[in-house]
Amino acid sequence: MLSIPCPWCGPRDEPEFLFGGEPAVRPVPAADVTDAAWADYLYFRDNDKGPHAEIWCHAAGCGQWFVMRRDTATHAILSVRKPGEPA
Amino acid sequence: MTARRLSQGGRIDRTKPLPFTWHGTAMTGFAGDTVASALLANGVKIVGRSFKYHRARGIFGAWVEEPNGILDLEYNGAHDPNARATTVQLQAGMAARGVNARPDVDRDIYRGIDLLNRFLPAGFYYKTFFPNWHRYEPRIRAMAGLGRLRGDTDARHFENRSALADVLVVGAGPAGLAAARAASSAGLSVILADDRAEIGGSLLWNDATIDGYAGIDWAAHALVNSGVRILSRTTVFGAYDDGAFGLLECRATAPTGWAEDRLWTVRARQTILAPGAIERPLVFPHNDRPGVMLAAAALNYLRQYGVLVGDEVVVATNNDSAYATALALREAGATVTLADVRPALPDVAHAAQSVGIRVLANSVVLNTVGSGGVRLVDIGPADAASPRDATMRVPASVVATSGGFSPAVHLHSQSRGKLRWDESRAAFLPAGTVANQHFVAADTLAEAIAQGHGAGIAAATALGRTVTIAPPTTPTAPQADPIRPYWCVPIKGVRQWLDLQNDVTVKDVRLAARENYSSVEHLKRYTTLGMATDQGKTSNVNGLALLATATGQTIPQVGTTTFRPPYTPVTLGALAGMRHGALYAPWRHLPAHAEHAALNADMREYGNWWRPACYKRPGETAADAIQREAAAARRSAGLFDGSSLGKIIVDGPDAAAFLNLMYYNEVANLKPGRLRYVLLLRENGVVYDDGVVARIGPGRYQLSPSSSHTAGVLAMLEAWHQTEYPSLRVALHDVTSAWATFALSGPDSRNLLAPMTDIELTALPHMAFADGTILGIAGRIARVSFTGERSYEISVPASYGPSLWRALLQTDATPYGIESLSVLRAEKGYILIGTDTDGMTLPDDLGISGPLRAKKVDFVGKRSLTTPDALRLDRRQFVGLLPLDPHAVPHVGSHAIERTATGVRSLGWVTSACHSPALGRSIALGMIERGRALIESGGEVELFHLGKTSRAKIVSPVFYDAAGEKLHG
Repeated sequence: MLSIPCPWCGPRDEPEFLFGGEPAVRPVPAADVTDAAWADYLYFRDNDKGPHAEIWCHAAGCGQWFVMRRDTATHAILSVRKPGEPA
Repeated sequence: MTARRLSQGGRIDRTKPLPFTWHGTAMTGFAGDTVASALLANGVKIVGRSFKYHRARGIFGAWVEEPNGILDLEYNGAHDPNARATTVQLQAGMAARGVNARPDVDRDIYRGIDLLNRFLPAGFYYKTFFPNWHRYEPRIRAMAGLGRLRGDTDARHFENRSALADVLVVGAGPAGLAAARAASSAGLSVILADDRAEIGGSLLWNDATIDGYAGIDWAAHALVNSGVRILSRTTVFGAYDDGAFGLLECRATAPTGWAEDRLWTVRARQTILAPGAIERPLVFPHNDRPGVMLAAAALNYLRQYGVLVGDEVVVATNNDSAYATALALREAGATVTLADVRPALPDVAHAAQSVGIRVLANSVVLNTVGSGGVRLVDIGPADAASPRDATMRVPASVVATSGGFSPAVHLHSQSRGKLRWDESRAAFLPAGTVANQHFVAADTLAEAIAQGHGAGIAAATALGRTVTIAPPTTPTAPQADPIRPYWCVPIKGVRQWLDLQNDVTVKDVRLAARENYSSVEHLKRYTTLGMATDQGKTSNVNGLALLATATGQTIPQVGTTTFRPPYTPVTLGALAGMRHGALYAPWRHLPAHAEHAALNADMREYGNWWRPACYKRPGETAADAIQREAAAARRSAGLFDGSSLGKIIVDGPDAAAFLNLMYYNEVANLKPGRLRYVLLLRENGVVYDDGVVARIGPGRYQLSPSSSHTAGVLAMLEAWHQTEYPSLRVALHDVTSAWATFALSGPDSRNLLAPMTDIELTALPHMAFADGTILGIAGRIARVSFTGERSYEISVPASYGPSLWRALLQTDATPYGIESLSVLRAEKGYILIGTDTDGMTLPDDLGISGPLRAKKVDFVGKRSLTTPDALRLDRRQFVGLLPLDPHAVPHVGSHAIERTATGVRSLGWVTSACHSPALGRSIALGMIERGRALIESGGEVELFHLGKTSRAKIVSPVFYDAAGEKLHG
């Protein structure tokens, strides 16, 4: 059970959070995107072993989404940031 | 002779006798006994039959390592089919039975299976029964295994708890106590967890002097006034991420008095692991006979429970520790013969010899003899090649054996700590450290205290604190002579047991090695060594050492299997805690719930909501009631409680822009006071929800998602707002529970409602709303319909719900439930999301394609509607189905099939079906390939369900009032 440092609330237990997966950048304007690029955005993720960016929501707390970098091999949490903040 | 209770000694209370039964026979133990110590004290030798061979087995250990004493226990109405006899506190009135034996452990009808052992080696299941395992499995399963469930509901109450601590100390032996004492002196919050009822660990049975006190007295006083929170009878069973640990507390004072376990999640900044060590036995021929037990266990029974395990005892060892057992048993009056495999006698042997213990060097047990328990023990040289090499036969009922100690590295290993093989101690020890963890792996009491205190200092230092007390002191003990690793007697052809619970022998390990299972992970799975409920606590190290010998590797090369939680079995009920039954997913109740109950509504679960399905009258079936209610709504007026329908307020100057980016339909041009039916898509184009949007003002909307999707829609909108469009000024609120909403529907609805409100209903067209008062209550009336009739949704603050419901009932409107509504909406071809749609349905499949052409905004899912898959011509489309037999209602899920030269192909399926009171016949809705073309051509399809076929005509899904005259009139 991870202890996740919510950027608004501080460290809280993992069951309070919702996992949103690897963030995907929405290609815009969507109408100009090829089918293949759209499918890539919708369905394909890198799923790296090691340092990995994920989005999480503190669903049972402040309800805010944020970006968390985490090592998928060691489970170490490397950093968190609010959406829009520089990585 | 068997074990017996001594008249004095032990930590039991002889003034509190506890009656219990063993296979129905009345026995008595004392307060402080475990079930195992009470059985021994009553002379019980056989406590179970082994898993595979049904061999008689006796108590072997004294705590969690016990492989044999798995019992069926009943107490106070509660039942545990697989209780470990050595760890369960005896209670008055407990009923205990052995498992895997019929009719009982002494007369087990399957005991003859052991004669077939030659034909049942490791892997015999795989070799013999595959690929037809399914034919043999029921019979084999019935003969093997552990306890049986009673099949009733577990009435016990379980709890979950969480706690935070600066320091978690695991184990309340001398090391753990010294660590907790040091850490708390630094002003840190400390939780000390220990699985026994009484703290002290090995001090409960070992002689010790600490700070001038007897060890156990020191233990009782070491933490007085320290502020340390002591959780006794609490096993730390698992190590998880970021300092989280799983603990199982066995509450002795629980309401039913027994095994109402409590699951703790403790997160600690620093953890000190002082779990102690588990003894492993020497392995010798016929070492599974009842009476063979661990040497430390024999000492434990004597010192803690006042039970002398036998009057004639052979102690077999390869190290100094068993001498303490020999000396204590001798002092208690037993005749003791000690066989030490080491070639020269250790220094401690002199003390043993001086009290009359016969001590033999370079000696080991070569055989045990006896029916139902050890009677005679053959002793011979440690390098014997045959049982005939025995040099003496000793009468004895107990063989107390020690092959060395394995520190309980489980939690360290679960935390991904590495292990190394320590040659001098013949044990796996932690190699390196785990962040924020400190492991105590001491070999002597002095080391335990020093390391424990040191770990307390290390934890305090890591947290920026200082330990303010000196370590406890203990007299220096004489240096022990080194252990001699000795893994089994080098005799072949007789069975030497490794894993008593899973019946794995030395021969099985050798067979696995011959068959090239050279990895310890493969060995484990092939032979099942260490896979029983004791997880091989006494057998794993012996097993992997033998594998090393058999494959010509060293022990470090073989290594250990992966340690995974839990350390000991965890009750499933404790994991569930209170999350079961009515509390599993708490029901939501409608504001007028009591009114529905008063009408005898047929209440059912819809999502999390508990809602009326229909309102049965006396003598009516649910199906009758549904037809009557639906017909009444079409004929005059019906009354429906729609309070569970979602209400999300979207507020802010950019509300229109935001919703236009979210919804499939155009909502920015909606005028205040008007409603629009809308679809919400996922980014992959699939219809996620439908609902109605009301524009309340320029920057204020109210969304009405489906009842069970409200939370999901809100979460989705929040996610998009926060991550994709954070610059839009908009706020979202779920106000569902603030309102009671009732729908009055039917041709008479306007006339019935008009006298109750100051809102001019004739001025309210379909898909419009107005605020005003209803019976003097400030509220809102929206003209919107899910029945196809002229309908008004009346919303008032939730607290007025019951009174408004009663007032509306007095208009003679017929109350109708959600099942009746489902018939009415099916007649109109209105979809139910998740019923008529699934995870592949796009808006055009439902015949809704206008917004894609007209709307310029890049709404969620738009791009997915122009992919090649979305534009396929053979997509399934929403249609109506008229069965050719008007009395037959097709089964939902029936496939429409096409017969081709190569077989049968599905064209789609029925999604809704019912008898329509308005049409007086059966109708259905479905998703059918190229469905709209089939409507045009008046096509027919064959429906298939569980081998039966029928035919239906494909028609428009709107069966009733296609022109909408009733709706708009």
